[in-house]
Amino acid sequence: MIHLTNIHKTYQGAQPLHVLKGIDLHIGKGEFVAIMGASGSGKSTLLNILGILDDYDEGEYRLDGTLIRKLSETRAADYRNRMIGFIFQSFNLISFKDALENVALPLFYQGVSRKKRNQMAMEYLEKVGLREWAHHLPNELSGGQKQRVAIARALITQPRIILADEPTGALDSKTSLEVMQLLRKLHDQGMTIVVVTHESGVAYQAEKIVHIKDGQIERIEVNDGSKDSPFGMNGVMK
Amino acid sequence: MKLLDSDLWEEIFDSLRKNRTRTFLTAFGIFWGVFMLILLMGGGKGLETMLGENFAGAASNSGFMISNTTSESYKGFRSGRNWDLELDDVARIRNCVPEICVVTPTISRWGARALANDKSCGVSLVGHYADYVKVDNPKIKSGRAVTDADGMQHRKVCVIGKRVAEELFPGMENPCGQFLRIDSINYCVIGVSGKGAGGINIGGNPETTVYLPYETMRQMYNRGNEVDLLALVAKDEYPMSEVQYKVEALLKRVHMIHPKDTQALIKVNTEAIFSMIDSLFTGVSILVWMIGLGTLLAGSIGVSNIMVVTVKERTTEIGIRRAIGATPKDILTMVMSESIVLTLIAGMSGITLAVLILQAIENVTHADYPTAQYQISFGVAIGASLMLTVLGILAGLAPAIRAMRIKPVDAMREE
Repeated sequence: MIHLTNIHKTYQGAQPLHVLKGIDLHIGKGEFVAIMGASGSGKSTLLNILGILDDYDEGEYRLDGTLIRKLSETRAADYRNRMIGFIFQSFNLISFKDALENVALPLFYQGVSRKKRNQMAMEYLEKVGLREWAHHLPNELSGGQKQRVAIARALITQPRIILADEPTGALDSKTSLEVMQLLRKLHDQGMTIVVVTHESGVAYQAEKIVHIKDGQIERIEVNDGSKDSPFGMNGVMK
Repeated sequence: MKLLDSDLWEEIFDSLRKNRTRTFLTAFGIFWGVFMLILLMGGGKGLETMLGENFAGAASNSGFMISNTTSESYKGFRSGRNWDLELDDVARIRNCVPEICVVTPTISRWGARALANDKSCGVSLVGHYADYVKVDNPKIKSGRAVTDADGMQHRKVCVIGKRVAEELFPGMENPCGQFLRIDSINYCVIGVSGKGAGGINIGGNPETTVYLPYETMRQMYNRGNEVDLLALVAKDEYPMSEVQYKVEALLKRVHMIHPKDTQALIKVNTEAIFSMIDSLFTGVSILVWMIGLGTLLAGSIGVSNIMVVTVKERTTEIGIRRAIGATPKDILTMVMSESIVLTLIAGMSGITLAVLILQAIENVTHADYPTAQYQISFGVAIGASLMLTVLGILAGLAPAIRAMRIKPVDAMREE
């Protein structure tokens, strides 16, 4: 599903910053991968590249067979819309739109009719258990509910991969658990999920943990007993 | 295309409705600008038509000539000689100056007293022929004007100004048929002139003037051949200011006056006066446009300004939209449409309010100035709306381009 070959990225500035120094990473369909690393290790940059939010300087990135490189803004927007579902640390819901409208928004940019997309949005809200909250504004929802709305929004376009950037970073441990369980459920349904985090409790929910250090992959850990991780046992993660 | 999609409009109205304060503040600048522009335009027009009403009745291409003492000796005559225009000059001008379409003489008497029953009123008398109305229309309110038949039969009839009617026949709806006495001569009132004071008055205030048939007055006051004033109207295609010189040359030749004598013939030219007033109003309307457009421009710069701030404030929102699949064009369309819709709605309300106020003014002044027009025309309203659209586009352009440049990553980073 995701094939990264020798990816390099340098941020230009007064002092050029070489953030990614040759990343090779292959993620198969239906895998649940966590990317771990200290802040400044380049994990967010990697996620931005995976999400076509940022371009890379060197190497090759194929998403589901499509070469992603130096795309026009319009093409990039289209790929993001159809292939990738984003989940952010700060939820990034639009504050003046209610839960339903937020979930339906990606379909608006696909040109789906209002009736159809509201109906679909309602379905997805139901999947994350927020049917009754459909007409509440984001600031009337708890952090966990907001993140579930964001997940519903990520799912509504039926993307190839879900990219989550510190999905539990702004949540307490209980709601973090709920959100992670939701992601696991999606994984069980066959969704490819990439989570960027620096919390080991979150990371050990994944099958594979990619450790990044100083812009390079330190090691890839296969998490066999993920279901028995401390996180899964008692909900204590932090 | 998406532009025709009702969804896009709902999206626009949604974000305008849900950010009320911002919307209101942005809209107010434009609203005020358009409101002022339309109001000023209507006011200027109203003033013009109101003044125009004062001048109504006076032909716009007319002139008047009055004799005066000479200032140059000529052909054996001394300077300082008294001379008079005479009735024969009418025929001379008619024959020799084809550019003139009306030439008519009047005689007048100032400071007379009109008496009726126990009332009296200071008046001035003007004796004129029927075609005098082509130069200075008395706007008969009731009864009829003086005709040439009245003169031929030396009828003692008169048309009186409206002040004279009020003073001599108070409370009388229609004084026609009543008699009044001037210099011990009784005249029957046949009409009342409706012309008001102000504007251009020839031979005194028309409200306190009594108009007599020329021949009647000529006989009553032993006026012989001399004429006090010659009124002229030139054909439309010849400006009075030019034709006047031909008439002047003719009169000077006939009456043995030095051609360079500037004092002997007093000329008044309404065409020059009217063109002066015209240019005054051109000036006023240029000023109105400048103020109005200036206000409007300031308003649209305000819109642009607030939109730029708005875009900055909405960086995250735009970033989110971009991240979940909005193309730069989508964002451009969004910001531009919001700007245009906002400008149009604000502008339309401005036009509407201004039109309502102008209508109110028109209704209030209607009694005194029935033809005064404050209301702007439909075409002007349409033009203003078009101009608003253009302003909306221009105002939205800078912020929209700015919004388009927002990269999703930048938005995330602002967190």
